[in-house]
Amino acid sequence: MEKVLEVKDLHVTFTTYGGEVKAVRGVSFDLLKGETLAIVGESGCGKSVTSQSIMRLIPSPPGRIAGGAVLFKGQDLTKLKESEMRNVRGADISMIFQDPMTALNPTITIGEQIIEGIMQHEMISRQDARKKTLEMLDLVGIPNPVERLKHYPHQFSGGMRQRIVIAMALVCEPEVLIADEPTTALDVTIQAQILDLFKDIQRKTGVSIMIITHDLGVVAQVADRIAVMYAGKIVEAGERREIFYNPQHPYTKGLLNSVPRLDLDGADLVPIGGSPPDLFSPPAGCPFAARCDFAMEVCDRVYPYKTHLSREHHVDCWLQDERAQKMLAGIK
Amino acid sequence: MTGYIIKRLFAMIVTLWFIITLTFFLMHSIPGSPFNEERNTSEAVQRNLEKFYHLDEPLYVQYGMYLKSVVTFDFGPSIKKSSQTVNEMLGRGFPVSFELGIVTLIVAVFSGIALGIIAALRHNGIIDYLAMTIAVLGISVPNFVLATLLIQQLAVNLTILPVATWSSPKHMILPTLALATGPMAIIARLTRSSMLEVLTQDYIKTAKAKGLSPVKIVFKHALRNALLPVVTVLGSLAASILTGTFVIEKIFAIPGMGKYFVESINTRDYPVIMGTTVFYSTILIMMLFLVDIAYGVLDPRIKLHKKEGS
Ligand SMILES: Nc1ncnc2c1ncn2[C@@H]1O[C@H](COP(=O)(O)OP(=O)(O)OP(=O)(O)O)[C@@H](O)[C@H]1O
Ligand code: SF4
Ligand SMILES: [Mg+2]
Repeated sequence: MEKVLEVKDLHVTFTTYGGEVKAVRGVSFDLLKGETLAIVGESGCGKSVTSQSIMRLIPSPPGRIAGGAVLFKGQDLTKLKESEMRNVRGADISMIFQDPMTALNPTITIGEQIIEGIMQHEMISRQDARKKTLEMLDLVGIPNPVERLKHYPHQFSGGMRQRIVIAMALVCEPEVLIADEPTTALDVTIQAQILDLFKDIQRKTGVSIMIITHDLGVVAQVADRIAVMYAGKIVEAGERREIFYNPQHPYTKGLLNSVPRLDLDGADLVPIGGSPPDLFSPPAGCPFAARCDFAMEVCDRVYPYKTHLSREHHVDCWLQDERAQKMLAGIK
Repeated sequence: MTGYIIKRLFAMIVTLWFIITLTFFLMHSIPGSPFNEERNTSEAVQRNLEKFYHLDEPLYVQYGMYLKSVVTFDFGPSIKKSSQTVNEMLGRGFPVSFELGIVTLIVAVFSGIALGIIAALRHNGIIDYLAMTIAVLGISVPNFVLATLLIQQLAVNLTILPVATWSSPKHMILPTLALATGPMAIIARLTRSSMLEVLTQDYIKTAKAKGLSPVKIVFKHALRNALLPVVTVLGSLAASILTGTFVIEKIFAIPGMGKYFVESINTRDYPVIMGTTVFYSTILIMMLFLVDIAYGVLDPRIKLHKKEGS
């Protein structure tokens, strides 16, 4: 399938008084046309920084893309001029943020906030932009949009606001939608509705979605593929089925074991002990070594090579290294 | 909306009544009367004068008469300058004071906001430090000190501007500058800090993610929100400009209302005191009212009327 977005060896650092924070340390992944990729991981592992770097929205200074490339349909976004990048934002790649309560401007009507986005990217009349906005509001399930167009954000509930934010992000028909924790601030029933909306819209428009979350329930519901991030790196990635039923990285296993499941007794819940490494001076070896039950000497010293387990499934862990696998095969 | 305005108007009248009453009794509690100063008037003449101005009546009768003069907005003749009525004095002084006040307010608001925005956008840069240094100076130097400094430097030493009076636009520059600098500095600092805060808000990130240009983001998305706190202080700034005009008018010999107000207190010219007080209070109360309306217009979350559901 066609690759819409390719992130290659992305490095992002923040210069602070305490030194350089290496928030993203060589992240690579592809986003295919029409698929949903979920990025999961603990708080602070670099999910938001990765997604904002794609849009070149990290605050700079202190943030800086220190290396790597972000290819959108083959074009490197990191090399674009700021004015060229503005033509990409909202038109080719859109972004949705976590909190719908604060993501909309409180002093501008929602209609105007959507219309201005269209007018920014498309050479059409205000009338047509308004018509497009109405269609979009209808699509995301806002009842009587003609009335609602004139309302301000505070006149909507949280779930409705997130629908408006989604409408705003999709109205210029972008090819990529990045959603950073789009449901975290909503209550559970609304969460499910919003996730359904994502799926529905993806079916209708073929947009590729990159969803960022630490909620594995959300992942199970929408993701085609999953990338697990830890301390600024993707440590395991694969199709949803592969990650849920055949996780190989001890961190991924830990994540899955720390989520309550209906088919298992609550007693089996095991939180992952310890905390992630300091990103000022990340360890030379595996960043999970300090918390890993299987850590070996090599883990402390050398970062594990990437091992491919299937076409999509790969993992950065010495346990899965080909040489260990060969040894095992030899014994058998 | 109309319900709200009617309620506010009623509150304004009550406030005004309170101010009038307080002024009336304060005024009469100051020892001395308009007639017993250096001039040697005979007892009979003095009694006749008091009779003419109803000063021999009991206080509550005088109070009633003053209330009536307020309601009809006719304060009668001045005691000291009996050839003029208070209304004539106000009619002559007010346009001048109004001009000074309005020009000052406009200069202070626009330059203050501009300075604040520039400082915020060049956060921690040289321009920011420069602007904030000016602002701190502007806040801490009293306007009468600034006025004398300006006269000394620009009018006396460099002779590029006139020293005093109010006869041409050129004459307006120094008094306006002296009066506007303080409020401008306050507005600049407030705009800057409020702008800096607004620029970190999520909806600004959303606006950026939509691909809007920095100009649109600043002026359409950030400024309106950043100005909300600025609008709230406009009322009290207008008050300080108003009181500032007394001093500035005196220093620059500007024939505004401030002169009459100050003189009338010194000479116990009761009708003039009452007239100017009522006038100033009305203007101030109106300003506060306008500020509230402006706030409601700027911030849709504030409902001036209860009709609209959410
Ligand atoms: N403006 C900044 N200045 C300095 N460090 C930053 C800044 N923004 C992010 N970081 C650092 O980058 C790292 C990754 O942050 P990021 O926001 O991407 O985490 P996250 O995975 O999105 O976590 P969460 O689930 O809490 O949103 C963090 O360790 C954080 O300290
Ligand atoms: S590389 Fe070593 S420390 Fe890291 S996850 Fe694998 S076994 Fe654990
Ligand atoms: Mg985040």
